[in-house]
Amino acid sequence: MRKWLVQPDFVVERDPERCVQCQVCVRQCANDVHSYDAEDGAVLSDSARCVGCHRCATLCPTGAISIRQSELEFRCNSNWTPGLIRNLYRQAEGGGVLLSGMGSDRPLKVYWDHLLLNASQVTNPSIDPLREPMELATFIGRKPDRVAYARTDRGAELQTVLEPQLELPFPILFSAMSYGSISLNAALALARAAHETGTLGNSGEGGMHRDVRPYAGNMIVQVASGRFGVDVEYLNRAAAIEIKIGQGAKPGIGGHLPGEKVDAAVSETRMIPEGTDALSPAPHHDIYSIEDLRQLVFAIKEATRYGKPVGVKIAAVHNVAAIASGCVRAGADYVAIDGFRGGTGAAPTVIRDHVGIPIEFALAAADARLREEGIRNRASLIAAGSFRSSADVVKAVALGADAVYVATAALVAMGCHLCQRCYTGKCNWGIATQDPYLTRRLNPEVATRRLVNLLRSWAFEIKEMLGGMGINAIESLRGNREHLRAVDLTEAELEVLGVKAAGVGA
Amino acid sequence: MTANGRGPAPWRRRDEKDIGGCAISGILSEEGRRFNGKAILESIATMRERSNGLGGGFAAYGIYPEQADRFALHLMFDRPAARDAVERVLPEYVRVPHEETIPTRPVRGISSPPLLHRYFVEVRTEILGEDEREEDAIVRLVMHINSAMEGAYVFSSGRNMGIFKGVGYPEEIGRFFRLDEYEGYLWLAHGRFPTNTPGWWGGAHPFGLLDWAVVHNGEISSYGVNRRYLENFGYRCTLRTDTEVIAYLFDLLLRKQRLPLQDACRVLAPPFWSQIERLPPAERQRLRTLRIVYGGALLNGPFSVLVGHGGGMIGLNDRTKLRPMSFARKDATVYVASEEAAIRRVCPSPDEVGLARGGVPVLGPRPREVSLA
Repeated sequence: MRKWLVQPDFVVERDPERCVQCQVCVRQCANDVHSYDAEDGAVLSDSARCVGCHRCATLCPTGAISIRQSELEFRCNSNWTPGLIRNLYRQAEGGGVLLSGMGSDRPLKVYWDHLLLNASQVTNPSIDPLREPMELATFIGRKPDRVAYARTDRGAELQTVLEPQLELPFPILFSAMSYGSISLNAALALARAAHETGTLGNSGEGGMHRDVRPYAGNMIVQVASGRFGVDVEYLNRAAAIEIKIGQGAKPGIGGHLPGEKVDAAVSETRMIPEGTDALSPAPHHDIYSIEDLRQLVFAIKEATRYGKPVGVKIAAVHNVAAIASGCVRAGADYVAIDGFRGGTGAAPTVIRDHVGIPIEFALAAADARLREEGIRNRASLIAAGSFRSSADVVKAVALGADAVYVATAALVAMGCHLCQRCYTGKCNWGIATQDPYLTRRLNPEVATRRLVNLLRSWAFEIKEMLGGMGINAIESLRGNREHLRAVDLTEAELEVLGVKAAGVGA
Repeated sequence: MTANGRGPAPWRRRDEKDIGGCAISGILSEEGRRFNGKAILESIATMRERSNGLGGGFAAYGIYPEQADRFALHLMFDRPAARDAVERVLPEYVRVPHEETIPTRPVRGISSPPLLHRYFVEVRTEILGEDEREEDAIVRLVMHINSAMEGAYVFSSGRNMGIFKGVGYPEEIGRFFRLDEYEGYLWLAHGRFPTNTPGWWGGAHPFGLLDWAVVHNGEISSYGVNRRYLENFGYRCTLRTDTEVIAYLFDLLLRKQRLPLQDACRVLAPPFWSQIERLPPAERQRLRTLRIVYGGALLNGPFSVLVGHGGGMIGLNDRTKLRPMSFARKDATVYVASEEAAIRRVCPSPDEVGLARGGVPVLGPRPREVSLA
């Protein structure tokens, strides 16, 4: 059927005065927007194919290309929005589940933007992080409530030996992105940047490619419902193991990597036959209850001789606090909570945009619940689901996170333009694709440097914000909601967040 | 809302957190020699500039020798009905062999004091839970009254010690409570300079729980963390003052978890990671473990704090030394104060005098033979 009702999202304009027909744009666009007409000696553009990734405009040597939102406007309607109408046209023409990449773009309240940070004035000196020590060292793992001593003739000797901890230079880790959903070059750059800065990357559920293995000491590996690439070496190579129950972009939904993308390398890494679909079931078929989760946690601890933290990643859903508590009681050394805005390589749009709750609420509720139950020390909390700047990170730590996972920000640092078409496999930036013609566009050395720069700049900014508050160790901000104030939030929102309104004093 | 239409009555509890600068002073006889309150009054009065008349207070140890085995509960009430309510609750926890109004004298500058009463009590052992000590029952009783009973507030609950505090300059408060008539071996004093509240009697320092008494100059930027950390262990911070949090942390670390004093101080004001990394392996392991386990107990922000307990006195500065603290020694008497002048006023030629370093505790132990245990 002809797709005649779906109109282009973008208008691609070419300035004929500037265009020199070099055809860079033709070669760069995997979506075939640009073409060369040899007879006329002209470069042409088909706006209908444009996803708005800016690859052509960025690389055009003469700056001849500009890309605008389509000006074809529907009659104003607050109920039937243009996005909904276009989706209906698409479904009427294609007859399937609509897919999206990246986190939800719906205009819901972003609570980070309604929270403001504190700073010292007069009664308490602020601290200059360039002159004074400023400590961001973060430890992920189970902590005891107290230490134990043996009283001897030489005095009290500390007897407590801590359970395995992940030591991070700052409270930021890379979130899970599987090889398969992203290219090997992207996966390598993330692993190397984690290694260089001392933080951790996360393999996602796609196994670990052998080229990434040298950096395994800076990687968390995932055990997800498909168990792709999981064997005892995979577990023992890593810094920590994460059981993936859910993902913020698609809570309750499994995953599907089409067989076309399962080439020889992906096949070997995932340990599945070449060309077969890689299906992650919606639930783990050996986890139908919390006690089943406990068995898997301890099976993994046995397999790794209790030498590594074992975490559980869950999506932020309505009952997240109780679920997080259950995970801690099931033996998780950390619980990662992925919020409503968390990213994905592919998710049904309707799920991405309508299921789950924002990370701000989920984090605040889980932190409060674990404290009420007196088990907050037993596990660390890692928040995920769209951390866009270092300020978001600081606010999350103040709400109670031990650390945060970032993925989308890291992809953007590598060149991603958030076109949300990761599931097409045609990523012009060489990130979310396995096409060798596209993946070689991402130079892993350059991408590593950009990621390292991002992490370092956020760490500097976090130090500045902490210093302003008169705090010189990140643990003194962790769960310190006194340093947050809210603007434009309802009483109910304030209560769940545990934050006072701006203008209310200490 | 107000008794006289001129703002909240000074003995009423405020919901805002206490912020301010202050003067502190402490004098300890390591031999356990008892002396009256004149010296500490004179010392704290020297630092009048550091207070603004909105709060002053004292802790005195060894003042109730005849009642030494009983917990001395000092209470303030905003009306007689509150006292009646407390006296109905007390028998559920304790026997009260002796009680009296806390003696005071009229002093210019001290207005509208609350009703002040003290009870010397013995815990009813039959109410103790498994593994519970008498101290735990007293803590429960104090938490209950202070969090649930309107108009009543326990401001001192130790054995053979007492806290005396209120709204006024410390030397006025000292005269009001007739401290020249008590004799103790350890005295702490505090003059307040609150910046944000008119002050209420219970909000003055020292803050105490059991025989802990804390006087404090500074602002704890980690208050929100420390308060929530303590909630893990059943402490309810009702006062919204940094000082309350410090007292509970000492109680948790020293009494409940029995950390050595040196380690407790290193939990509250730990060395920096860069310093820890340079230590010999065993010591490094010890400090790493303490910091990792007790991150929520780290006191961040500028402070100098004096803590009194039955075993002596602890002076502690924040780890970057953002508040002043001097110490001195003359024979067996230890002095600690915000300013050296406040020491020299009562001890003109000390044998030894110095500045406390950031994060390094100044300890004044007391000989074992006069220990209360």
